[in-house]
Amino acid sequence: MRKVAIYGKGGIGKSTTTQNTVAGLAEMGKKVMVVGCDPKADSTRLLLGGLAQRSVLDTLRSEGEDVELEDVRSSGFSDTLCVESGGPEPGVGCAGRGIITSINLLEQLGAYDEGENLDYVFYDVLGDVVCGGFAMPIREGKAQEVYIVASGEMMAMYAANNICKGIRKFADSGGVRLGGIICNSRKVDNEFELIEHFAKKLGTQMVYFVPRDNDVQRAEINRKTVIDWSPGCGQADHYRNLARAIDGNEMFVVPEPMHTDELESLLLEHGVLG
Amino acid sequence: MSPAQDHPPAVPPTGRAGATADQAPRALTTDPVATGDAPQVVVVDEAVLTLDLSAPTEALALPDTLVPADQGALIDRLISSYPPKVARKRRRHFQVNEPGAPAPIGANERTVPGIITQRGCCYAGCKGVVLGPITDIVHIVHGPIGCSYYAWMTRRNQARPPEGVANYLQYAFSTDLTEDEIIFGGEKKLAAAIREAHALFHPKAIAVFSTCPVGLIGDDVHAVSRQLRKELGINIFGFSCEGYKGVSQSAGHHIANNGLFTHVVGTEEPDAEPDPTRFRINVLGEYNIGGDAFEIERILERCGIDLVATFSGNTNYGDIARSHTADLNVVMCHRSINYLAEMMETRYGIPWTKVNFIGAEATAKSLRKIARYFGDQALIARVETVIGEELEAIAAERAEIRSRCEGKLAMLYVGGSRAHHYQELFRDIGMPTISAGYEFAHRDDYEGREVIPSIKVDADSRNIEELDVVADPLAYHPRRSPEQLDALARSGLQTRDYVGMMREMAPSALVVDDISHHEMEVLIREYSPAVVCSGIKDKYVIEKMGVPCKQLHNYDYGGPYAGFVGARNFYREIDRLVSANVWKYVTPPWAGESLGAFASGAA
Repeated sequence: MRKVAIYGKGGIGKSTTTQNTVAGLAEMGKKVMVVGCDPKADSTRLLLGGLAQRSVLDTLRSEGEDVELEDVRSSGFSDTLCVESGGPEPGVGCAGRGIITSINLLEQLGAYDEGENLDYVFYDVLGDVVCGGFAMPIREGKAQEVYIVASGEMMAMYAANNICKGIRKFADSGGVRLGGIICNSRKVDNEFELIEHFAKKLGTQMVYFVPRDNDVQRAEINRKTVIDWSPGCGQADHYRNLARAIDGNEMFVVPEPMHTDELESLLLEHGVLG
Repeated sequence: MSPAQDHPPAVPPTGRAGATADQAPRALTTDPVATGDAPQVVVVDEAVLTLDLSAPTEALALPDTLVPADQGALIDRLISSYPPKVARKRRRHFQVNEPGAPAPIGANERTVPGIITQRGCCYAGCKGVVLGPITDIVHIVHGPIGCSYYAWMTRRNQARPPEGVANYLQYAFSTDLTEDEIIFGGEKKLAAAIREAHALFHPKAIAVFSTCPVGLIGDDVHAVSRQLRKELGINIFGFSCEGYKGVSQSAGHHIANNGLFTHVVGTEEPDAEPDPTRFRINVLGEYNIGGDAFEIERILERCGIDLVATFSGNTNYGDIARSHTADLNVVMCHRSINYLAEMMETRYGIPWTKVNFIGAEATAKSLRKIARYFGDQALIARVETVIGEELEAIAAERAEIRSRCEGKLAMLYVGGSRAHHYQELFRDIGMPTISAGYEFAHRDDYEGREVIPSIKVDADSRNIEELDVVADPLAYHPRRSPEQLDALARSGLQTRDYVGMMREMAPSALVVDDISHHEMEVLIREYSPAVVCSGIKDKYVIEKMGVPCKQLHNYDYGGPYAGFVGARNFYREIDRLVSANVWKYVTPPWAGESLGAFASGAA
């Protein structure tokens, strides 16, 4: 079982990219579980066709300790298994602590047991690594490989660089490695070269370049992954390619995060700034 | 409230500096209103009126063998086993005492991790020390159950509430935060707890105390308190006293002072106008551990001094709400309550003076200060009568115990005022203090308030709010004019001042701030004291070294030790400890074995 965590700046398209990639893997016959680690609990909406299920934390709250795996896990597109960690409303409580509790509970309930025959677990994690709780998937070996979703926009790269610092921090204790950067294109000038160079500087690779396409938006409105909504469209093939790239990836590194000035000069070099 | 001009003369009739001695009255007529009797002639001893109440008490001399240079070398030895950076940091927290000119000492700074400090946390200072003893406030701890249980008045604060006043000290109220509230927020559970407490007890007020996790998850205890205050129609107020704030419990004292001042002091008026002929005071910084406040109350009553409120031993919400009507604040524990004394003077015009009811002689001096402040000859005479009788009542026993204890050494490492106050009690029975220090005091508690302007405020202290206090447009009535206060100062009564511990300690005595276990062990070996006063964290370490330890946080189930009866109790207790042979029989199983580098460094 490969344990994969997807990080990236807020709004960069982590959940969309994760679900579309998972759809591609599922189509290839892989058994995949997705664990949404966002208090909004919207990481599995496209696989499930809506926000119907109860989150782990909500269930834990209403049922007390008497929770079964089936209470918190739902089946989605192509027999994918979907779990939402859930969490408090914005501005209340501690969402980070919630993720820790949720993942521990999933482990106790046997969600990762061999009997589940999982090929992949995907953790879709909110925003930047903001506190200890959000680092949970990369601590203690919960996730072995991380993919960072980024674009050629400066703040996205800035966030990606920060996430690399988090990975580096846990690389020794948790054994986590960076699998690559997924470029979710925003149609920034020289984006392909920029991200490729950026990835190289971090000591990793651009694992795939996902072009911008309105079909993604259309599929989302229909609460579906692109592969589910329009299996024949070009964008569906891109996600299939990304799924294959991840499935065949053998490059796992401890990243070398950059200093901010180094990052800025990289942007200057590719003509983004000024 | 009565304006100041209605009071008896503020200063001894002689008034002028230096004139008191020649012109002190020998006999005069008492104020008939104050005593309720026909005028009678009382005699006030001339010597009493000329007693200098402001000069520091001179400490008992230490053994001649103690020389400052050796003490300096001892400090070097104490810190020699630390890594260089720790040694440098700790060095600042030692001083060889020079009572005439105390040298700056490191205090109220972060503890070096790992040195095993005696200190507590901000929450302990706010809830456990200052607010907790108030009997009829329901004190709700917003946090996990452990925090609630371990601050459940384990300092043995006692109370005898008057008829009709509730006593909730036997209860531990907690929101019992669990993982669920940590994740989803605990405000709803807090609101439910407040409603439940209100429904069960109908208290006059509810206070809410924040523990560490509350600060981390951002529950707004103040907003919940405001909302419930509106809903339930009683006073409800919160404290952001999360344990991690500041460097010690001292931060919590300040937060507690701010909260009491903002939410309670001055919120109620007395049923009747206070009688201007009475002598009305508040006692600040007395927490009634082991019944100390009972004894102070007894003495004040004998003297005819009215106690409006005690902050906060054996006291209740209404007393504190009306405390702004007192005419003098006397401050016991300077560290934990000086903020309130200052703020009450600024807003209401109530002067404050430092007192110490720990030790028979110290109690006498403190009573004289109060009498001198009110300047009433009958009061002065009555106080002298009380002092005479009370000292007489314990004199024989004191002398007998003194004969056994005299010259034996004491060490005190405790609190923010107690390490100073209790030196006076030991002084009563001839026991010099060889070394002392505070857990959480600031430089002014060591060196005197004059150093306050030169104290560097670090980031840890800046995190604690300083209230911006101004004179209340309606309630501000200066009880004494600046000229009167000056005259009082010249006559030997300083207000708004604390000389600090060092001026009242012997030359060459060793002052140690925030002592570590290692340092204490070395010092015990060095000085072989007859008794060490500290707290529970050190008690059994000390006693395993064959030295008796008296806890001054909770009095080891004893007390009271304040006032005259308390002093006698303490003499007996110390006699029992230092004259007992039992300590000589302490032979631990490891005796004779090498204790490693620490022990050899100390030998």
